[in-house]
Amino acid sequence: MPLLALLAKEPAHGYELKMLLEQIFGEAYPSPNIGQIYVTLQRLERNGLVRSQDVVQQTRPNKRVYELTDAGREALANWVDRPSDGPRIRDDFFMKLALSPLAGATDRLALINRQRRNYLNQIRSLSSLASVTEPGIGRLLIEGAMLHLQADLDWLERCQEELV
Amino acid sequence: MIRSVPRVSADQHGADQHGASHGQTLLLRASSITKTFRADGTAVSAVRGVDLMLGHGEFAAIMGPSGSGKSTLLHLLGGLERPTSGEIWLNGRRVDGLSQAKWAVLRRQHIGFVFQFFNLVSNMTVADNVELAALMGGATKRQARERRDELLADLGLSAKADAAPARLSGGEQQRVALARAMVNRPSLLLADEPTGNLDSSGSQSVLRLLTRAHADGQAILLVTHDARVASAAERVISLFDGMIADDAAMRPPRAKPSQRRPAPLPTVLRLRG
Repeated sequence: MPLLALLAKEPAHGYELKMLLEQIFGEAYPSPNIGQIYVTLQRLERNGLVRSQDVVQQTRPNKRVYELTDAGREALANWVDRPSDGPRIRDDFFMKLALSPLAGATDRLALINRQRRNYLNQIRSLSSLASVTEPGIGRLLIEGAMLHLQADLDWLERCQEELV
Repeated sequence: MIRSVPRVSADQHGADQHGASHGQTLLLRASSITKTFRADGTAVSAVRGVDLMLGHGEFAAIMGPSGSGKSTLLHLLGGLERPTSGEIWLNGRRVDGLSQAKWAVLRRQHIGFVFQFFNLVSNMTVADNVELAALMGGATKRQARERRDELLADLGLSAKADAAPARLSGGEQQRVALARAMVNRPSLLLADEPTGNLDSSGSQSVLRLLTRAHADGQAILLVTHDARVASAAERVISLFDGMIADDAAMRPPRAKPSQRRPAPLPTVLRLRG
């Protein structure tokens, strides 16, 4: 869907989309793999949401430029209008915590402590990244990640109260 | 310290034990301290056997759910409450049995205390709040004024020097409280939820000050529920049910992120021709 949004303004080729994503979301955003972008574009094309054509370049190989179709525009509008899911019910750490006794690991406190250290170190990295990031979309993304980690830490305390 | 972490497995412990044992000389040591409050015939154990060492210049945060005993622990270490049992040593001197009056002297000279609700003297100006603390700490009038002016300038509060604390925002009041706590250059700064009552920009400015105090060599022990504040510390102690559940050295913050930047957008788009 982000790719459809980027294509809404004007057609672009895969590498431009990668650059755009990096530019908008900044360093905290996991840099998209160009291969994934091409695979996604191919899937979108199969589903009729984008169409592409080769553009001949003189000094370089041809490039494939993608643009939105009407169906793509509609899918994009639907995506924008629909509220997104909030809470993460699938949480890898929580699965570990819940199921660790089955795996023979009985020390849940050790599991919680390890996870807490991990979250705190992540917050620490994000803080230092935030301090060198200009205000804007990229910084809001970092602040959001930090608030999520704060909630994860609070939840960890609840787990510790209940389970340890 | 072993006793404080009875439920932590051996592999976690050891490798990460931190602080005073790592080169820094010992500033504060608490051993087996407990605090039991009695009311209406029932006893409530707020702190149940904590061993803690803090080195000179170390910055540690204490986290834990409400009711885990974090504030009580901080009050014990700052002499605002007396432990039921156990010992507290500050700079090689045993202090847990000191009288309130002696603790007050100690706090004026060696320990700065910052509260969540600032505790400024409401009928004195911002400047006088800070200056009074310096005078009580033994500074001469001239020294007190100099340090007051220097600190208020540092904290961006010069323009508010003559205002009453109540006219300031929460963030500004907390900066005044920090100035007051730091005016006697204490070797230890104890802070109880110093950002608990502040919005995000107020928290950020308090955090910057604490980080700078730490860089200047002050030891800081702060209680917080805000992981962003805690993550500024080098060490995070997790308190649970009045005992230390974990004591973790944080990774040093990574070096400045690479200046990787995609090429400016217009150029990229123009490539398409």
